[in-house]
Amino acid sequence: MATIQLAINGKSYSVETDAQTSLLTVLREHLDLTGSKYGCGEGQCGACTVLVDGKSQRSCITRVGTVSGKQITTIEGLATGEQLHPVQQVFLDEGAMQCAYCTSGMIMSAVALLKKNPSPNESEIVDFMDGNVCRCGTYSRIITAIQKAAKMQGPAMAKGASR
Amino acid sequence: MSAKTNFEIPLEPERYELRAGSPYRFDLDRRDFFKFLGAGIVVVSVLKPAVVAQESGGGRRRGESLPKEIAAWLHIGEDGKVTVYTGKVEVGQNIRTSLTQAVSEELHVPISKIELVMGDTKLTPFDMGTFGSRTTPTMNLQLRRVAAAARDTLIGLAAAQWKVDAQRLVAADGKIKDPQGNRSVEYAALTKGQQLTQELPAEDPLIPAADWRVAGQSTPKVDGRDFVTGRHRYPSDQKLPDMLYGKVLRPAAFGATLVSLDATKSEQMGATVVHDGDFVGVAAPTSRLAESALEAIRADWKAEPQPSTKELFDYLRKNTTEGHDVTGDGDSYNVGSVDQALSSADHKVTSTYTVAYIAHVPLEPRAALAKWDGDQLTVWTGTQRPFGVRGQLAEAFHMPEDHVRVFMPDTGAAYGGKHTGETAIEAARLAKAAKRPVKLVWTREEEFTWAYFRPAGVIDVMAGIRKDGTITAWEMHNYNSGSAGIRTYYDVPNQRIVFHSVNSPLRQGSYRALAATANHFARESHMDELAHAVKMDSLEFRLKNLKDERLRAVFHAAAKQFGWGKTKTAGQGFGMGGGYEKLGNIATFAEVNVDVKSGEVKVVRVVSAFECGAIVNPDNLRNQIEGSNVQGLGGALFEAIEFENGKILNGRLSQYRVPRFSDLPKLETVLVDRKDIPSVGAGECPMIGLAPAIANAIFDATGTRLRSLPLVPNGLKAS
Repeated sequence: MATIQLAINGKSYSVETDAQTSLLTVLREHLDLTGSKYGCGEGQCGACTVLVDGKSQRSCITRVGTVSGKQITTIEGLATGEQLHPVQQVFLDEGAMQCAYCTSGMIMSAVALLKKNPSPNESEIVDFMDGNVCRCGTYSRIITAIQKAAKMQGPAMAKGASR
Repeated sequence: MSAKTNFEIPLEPERYELRAGSPYRFDLDRRDFFKFLGAGIVVVSVLKPAVVAQESGGGRRRGESLPKEIAAWLHIGEDGKVTVYTGKVEVGQNIRTSLTQAVSEELHVPISKIELVMGDTKLTPFDMGTFGSRTTPTMNLQLRRVAAAARDTLIGLAAAQWKVDAQRLVAADGKIKDPQGNRSVEYAALTKGQQLTQELPAEDPLIPAADWRVAGQSTPKVDGRDFVTGRHRYPSDQKLPDMLYGKVLRPAAFGATLVSLDATKSEQMGATVVHDGDFVGVAAPTSRLAESALEAIRADWKAEPQPSTKELFDYLRKNTTEGHDVTGDGDSYNVGSVDQALSSADHKVTSTYTVAYIAHVPLEPRAALAKWDGDQLTVWTGTQRPFGVRGQLAEAFHMPEDHVRVFMPDTGAAYGGKHTGETAIEAARLAKAAKRPVKLVWTREEEFTWAYFRPAGVIDVMAGIRKDGTITAWEMHNYNSGSAGIRTYYDVPNQRIVFHSVNSPLRQGSYRALAATANHFARESHMDELAHAVKMDSLEFRLKNLKDERLRAVFHAAAKQFGWGKTKTAGQGFGMGGGYEKLGNIATFAEVNVDVKSGEVKVVRVVSAFECGAIVNPDNLRNQIEGSNVQGLGGALFEAIEFENGKILNGRLSQYRVPRFSDLPKLETVLVDRKDIPSVGAGECPMIGLAPAIANAIFDATGTRLRSLPLVPNGLKAS
């Protein structure tokens, strides 16, 4: 057991756990941040995706000891108060979900993609998002949503991308 | 769980469970009802006798208590807030939204003022389950009736208050308005202080689909914001104070029995260990400790030899259980004389088709949180049959059903794969021993291995045909995969169609579209084989043998959108498949591209034309059709469970390929809106045309006829 310092969604946390514990387990079990989901436990489905220093990372295969001191963003930290992040808004606008269990991970991956590449074409979106599974099959809507988000400019987008 | 006792899940549960439905018990009297709901107006929908027998198992009304044959009820509180209670559940098909639309339409209340309480066995009326595409044809209608009756009750109250004829009053925007008197009153003002119950009039006039204002529109997911913010709590996200995390020890192979067990170390680690018959599980304050405690158990298992993938199709043919009718509604259909017609046919075409076992892979695995208060058990779990799971729990713990409450938070998908309550029972057993709430979430590997599969099957088709393309004989035998969609909608005078049930080597059960996918794959592939035999165009051949106007209409609509008849380039292939299932009509056209050198098959474009009566929510309908095609792509092209001697060989997401972004074809959807026909479900039917459309397109591109699903798990050359 160790005391691990974590910076999540702009807040500091101190967690008593084994450094080998997965970040996903710490988020869900210790901190009750349940927006990040378990889907496969081997980094294959993307439902657990969070941002670590602005880059997408699969929290189920990330040992919590390796992200101490880094800036972690989860789905819970994306909106500003009641103001949704533009990527959250376009997912709503496009109806880009069914059961929505994959949605947190999809949104976090999309935010990371747009930070890296503010105007991706369709094949760049497919390449980047291919590690995220939507078993309900809403892929075409998610692509449309990401394209729409890319077209949106403004302070909210820049703010989200800078995290 | 030996190969002989695998029939705990009926193949066609929508039929099986209709007969097995347990009776609804609602023992509140009217006064208790308002104590429970608060004052206001309650309208209950009472099922008609014929429906009652099916949906609630029957029962008689008595005295002052409310009728037992309730399908749904609606409450309008003193604040004007509308709460609707239904036993249906939300697993991504978006019925929370479509049912809200139905209530909004008839009650004239904005969507935002309506809340649906779903799938809670304490609060909602009995419901046999959410499957078989039944919510839209049944519950949508029930809720529209309830809402319409509530509206009329409110009009009656306003008419009495103003002492005017109810006929001159109208409902709009949550108010009753008197256009002549130029006055209006909010629903809340009418419900204040009331304790009024109303049962549905026998026949209530509903707003015709042509006049819908809210229904028929693309209303966004009502609680969509909770999902994009991560706020919604799925079953696996539930939490209670002092909760423990549970894990269950799995046998080394299916049907294995425990020879010896040593859990001393696990107990020393501080875990609660339960060993009860075949059940061995642990509970601990953290999931990590629970995992370690499970790993510390030493267990020896004894397993019997079992069939494997390589002999599967032989096994299915040889292990039929003739006379044991799992569906209960007759497995054989005969008309005319098939033998005579076959012997006099100009062409005879005989083929065998196979389908593999596949897994549902709902992204949220099975999960449950169980809590005991004395002899009362409450379980939060993701299931399509909360009342069925309540029954399973009552049975497992030898207790009356009314001591068990099952609550189903909106769940991370099911696709027919969550009819059963394994995690509910496991969590409850551990919680009972630990005397604390226990949450248990299956790992992906557990979900792959210990849930159930879509049945594998072998299908033989023999057909006779005249030179002019008239089908004269049709014989079809399905071994194990199920009888849904087994009958042909083509007009054939001589038919023999038989479903042969089999002792399945793997645990099998429902799956989105059930056996209709397998039966349509065989039938629609064979239709192309026949068309090829008489050198007729596939579409022309189908239409020549098809009278059903609704099915003809979707074939025409899809063909037009697809551009059927256009010329193709090298490697390109076009194909179609279609049919009728769960009261809906689908035609699917596919374009594939085959790289002859590498053998790679890419589905480039899919056009679907679908008709399900009057459309309730066009955007959600498109979403369901697109989703059916994407999910269907997996079973059509590459999904297959591999197993050997009681073990699953590819039970991980890194080993079992599901469709991803890079598999996505261009999807085009044509909606055929029939406002003159009652609305039916759309979650399943759109899937059934895809696999044969792709197989037929591959044949069109290459001349190679593939008769096994999945079609190209390893590319075209290797398959």
